[in-house]
Amino acid sequence: MTYAIQAEGLVKNFGTTRALDGVSLRASAGRVLGVLGPNGAGKTTAVRVLATLIAPDAGHATVNGFDVVRDAHQVRRRIGLTGQYAAVDEELSGAQNLVLIGRLLGLPGPQARARAAELLAEFDLTDAGDRRVKTYSGGMRRRLDLGASLVGRPSVLYLDEPTTGLDPRSRGQLWEMVRKLVADGVTVLLTTQYLEEADHLAHDIVVIDHGKVIATGTPDQLKDRVGGQILNVQPVMLEELDRLAGVVREVTGVEPNQGDTSVSAPVDDPAVLPAVVRRLDAAGIGVAELALRKATLDEVFLALTGHTAEPGGEPDAPAPSTPSEQPQQHVRTPS
Amino acid sequence: MTTVSQAVTPERISPINTIQHGLIATSRSLLRLRSNPAEIIGLTFQPLMFVALFVFVFGQALMGSWQDYRDFVLPGIIVQMVAFATIGTGMTLFTDIDKGIFDRFRSLPIARSAPLIGAVLGDLVRYVLSLVVILVVGFLIGFRPPGGVVGTLAGAGVVLIFALALCWIWVYLGLIAKTAMTLQMYAMTLMFPLTFGGSTFVSPEQMPDWMAWFASVNPVTSVTDTVRGLMLGGPVAGPFAMTLLWSAAIAVVFFPLAVRAYVRRT
Repeated sequence: MTYAIQAEGLVKNFGTTRALDGVSLRASAGRVLGVLGPNGAGKTTAVRVLATLIAPDAGHATVNGFDVVRDAHQVRRRIGLTGQYAAVDEELSGAQNLVLIGRLLGLPGPQARARAAELLAEFDLTDAGDRRVKTYSGGMRRRLDLGASLVGRPSVLYLDEPTTGLDPRSRGQLWEMVRKLVADGVTVLLTTQYLEEADHLAHDIVVIDHGKVIATGTPDQLKDRVGGQILNVQPVMLEELDRLAGVVREVTGVEPNQGDTSVSAPVDDPAVLPAVVRRLDAAGIGVAELALRKATLDEVFLALTGHTAEPGGEPDAPAPSTPSEQPQQHVRTPS
Repeated sequence: MTTVSQAVTPERISPINTIQHGLIATSRSLLRLRSNPAEIIGLTFQPLMFVALFVFVFGQALMGSWQDYRDFVLPGIIVQMVAFATIGTGMTLFTDIDKGIFDRFRSLPIARSAPLIGAVLGDLVRYVLSLVVILVVGFLIGFRPPGGVVGTLAGAGVVLIFALALCWIWVYLGLIAKTAMTLQMYAMTLMFPLTFGGSTFVSPEQMPDWMAWFASVNPVTSVTDTVRGLMLGGPVAGPFAMTLLWSAAIAVVFFPLAVRAYVRRT
């Protein structure tokens, strides 16, 4: 397997803050690498280093074999970058934005215009092409921004939180476009706070927290790694939620996660299922739903870092089972 | 895999590429200006206001005849307005950085300096625009400089030389400013003393000693005196030499500072 992106021990300090603390990662050519982590974990800094925007203080990285510091120009010839904020000129029309980039990339006027029209069509922006970007919706801007990063047909694409703040429909559209690009052979490095997004798009995942890689693997490997399965029980009567939680705690031996309507807990041994049923029956608690399911990436993240990944998640919420200072857990991809 | 666009991006950036990329980036500034009539209105409104304010409000009181003051003050207003227009260069750069457009440019295989060249050359057009507005308004209210067309054009040229030096202060500040507010504050604290504390609106002889001293070393005084000399007649050589000296000094200090700030962001 060849790697389109390889980073080794990247360190970057901003004043006294260590944004990257020895990040190593690899993105296989033609696949999507999801870089997962909460706000301030270092995801964007990593992307900025890999996109030649800032130089690392230590460590090194290559894109298609070219060093991001020494051969920055060669790297730039091969990458596309779509940031968290739509980096398009609001005063210009969508078409003007794309033509401008085409011209900068050396396309003669007519070719630049043709490429712009092509991208506008592809991103469902043809009708809005001559309107100023100022008048675009958030979803349209992101699509134009993605289009702008594709003018030069990059073989490596960085998407830095491409769907943050987008409505579910626009998000779905963007995912579709990413899938199409990958089908065309583009390597994608995607940072996101949305675990669902990583689950949908990423072939491989790197989890970053506090500037360090704390886990790597495929989504399934990561889910298997954490407790294997999740027991989920929903009582008939919501008033019995507390008693239900007590039973689950006794049987599984861990503090269950109590939601609004259900109780869940990670389980290693499938035999707990009948045990829980027997105990609930004995206690006379009516069960509306009882299931064993794979952990979601949210639960994986919670277990790995001790806090949730979603925006607004409390960064120093009490760790449920895995303390965050636990040594790095690596799930190796079989090679 | 060969694609059209990968074939055309240069293996190495040559000086010719730098000029090409700089000019394409300049065309962006011009497109912005064209597609944004509000900016043009803003650019013309301020000079109009200042001409009206100084000629018709203060003119009579300051010189006993608004026509005399009109001739005296128009070269000053030209210098002040063009100096104010250089602030816009910093503002534009700041917004570009803030919105991530700079990051996009910097991730492209183009000359590093292209966005800076584009910003400065594009704004040169704005400087010319505000200059033309004042001259046209001046003409309409009877400003007929004895220096004639040649003197007027020469004066305009001197202002632009100074503006091209001065704008590097704003390029620098636009690159290092953390917020738009700080940039605005720099603009007020720097440009007000410079453009009012000179020979712009009154002769420094009428100021108290310490203020007259400040006015005499103020580069804006040198530029204004040069423009007055060229348009209205009077000594040119002395103030022009000082103007060139100041322009060179500002450029020598702030051009490298700006480039360094820019590279560090890179």
